[in-house]
Amino acid sequence: MNSRLINWFKFSSPASFYPLAGRMIPWFKWIAVILIAIGLYMSFFVAPADYKQGEGYRIIFIHVPASWMSMFIYVVMAVWSGTGLVFNTRLSSMMAQALAPTGALFAFLSLWTGAFWGKPMWGAWWVWDARLTSELILLFLYIGFMALQGAIDDPRRADRAGAILALVGVVNVPIIYYSVKWWNTLHQGASVKVGGGGSSMAATMLITMLIMALGFWAYSIATTLSRARCIILERERNSTWVRELVENRRG
Amino acid sequence: MKGRHKRLVFLIAGLAALGGITALVLNALQGNLSYFFSPTEVAEGKAPADHLFRLGGLVEKGSLKRGEGLTVTFTVTDNLKKITVSYTGILPDLFKEGQGVIAQGKLGAGGVFMAQEVLAKHDENYMPPEVADALQKGHQEGVKAMQQGPESK
Amino acid sequence: MDKVIEFLNMGGYALYVWGSFGMTALLMLAEPLLLRARHREILRRVARIARMNNEERT
Repeated sequence: MNSRLINWFKFSSPASFYPLAGRMIPWFKWIAVILIAIGLYMSFFVAPADYKQGEGYRIIFIHVPASWMSMFIYVVMAVWSGTGLVFNTRLSSMMAQALAPTGALFAFLSLWTGAFWGKPMWGAWWVWDARLTSELILLFLYIGFMALQGAIDDPRRADRAGAILALVGVVNVPIIYYSVKWWNTLHQGASVKVGGGGSSMAATMLITMLIMALGFWAYSIATTLSRARCIILERERNSTWVRELVENRRG
Repeated sequence: MKGRHKRLVFLIAGLAALGGITALVLNALQGNLSYFFSPTEVAEGKAPADHLFRLGGLVEKGSLKRGEGLTVTFTVTDNLKKITVSYTGILPDLFKEGQGVIAQGKLGAGGVFMAQEVLAKHDENYMPPEVADALQKGHQEGVKAMQQGPESK
Repeated sequence: MDKVIEFLNMGGYALYVWGSFGMTALLMLAEPLLLRARHREILRRVARIARMNNEERT
């Protein structure tokens, strides 16, 4: 058997993943801190004011990265959920469980910063246009996923139920993305087009936004891995390796 | 007892979330998924006759007139058809002639749209003022060149 | 000092800009802190149970 193949499957057990995640977290934590620090500095001191929105547009440096993360994390969560459902692997479902709260956090931030941006610029805190409504649905899906898992006692059944919800809801993500193209919306079109259509932002503004997005991405990895470790300990608390781990800490 | 209580709360929260999603989906599918009608669509009779709807387009340059008090009238155009809008209230900061607008209200007498709410719609372009000025100047020179072109030949 | 006030004012958009960045900072600082507490709590609980099991046996 190929030795690389064996190593890969080795990490699909919670017991081996736990220390691996523990080693990865500090790296992503510090990458996040540095990128977000640079991004924040650029958001306020390097990116120029906008010709129409003045200083108010700077909210974009949180709003767009948070929105991107909320969608990206949901897709990753659905993939891990589906993998756990199909291959019956515990760790995949644990990863999905670990991703949900962070995804929900970014969905909430997308809506919150969007409201605080919409009030001065559009004149309204909230409108029921396609993009806003579908992002709100995304937040409900995250909350539904977490609530569903909390309501079901048996962890494996909870995993399976959550997976079905996550997979059904994934259709919402392209709706969020294409809503501004398919329908007349109040929300403006994409400032950065996937597929290389270019962007409609000044270069400095775009770079700042991308740095913040990368910082949020690194943050998400660090938090998700942290939460995954907690979930692993909680779900595997009766196993030998967990007991040994705790004893080694005290000893 | 405590475990069951917690589970019940979680279940209710989950059902509430699912219910919320369903309600939103049904609501969205019933109404128009588009947030507004263009002047052309209104002219074609696609907008509801005596129901609140939203009209979206550009504010025609030079069309903003102030009436008495906070009442204003302006024209919304999609460069094909125009509709006059009357609104009493404070206009949003970004409301400007030549910029996008979405008004919610009803078609009134004489085809005038009586707006109850006016929102400014902006595009996805972000740039510093210097770049905007340069673009504007370049646009004006290009227009001038086009107008003088055939004569200078 | 004027410059600081001007910066905080964000061209009149202070409420909206700081309301956004503030909520973001709050949540993105709270989340890792809560996770750290959760991690400590689970380790403590497992240790306590292991100790009780050991005492039971002796």
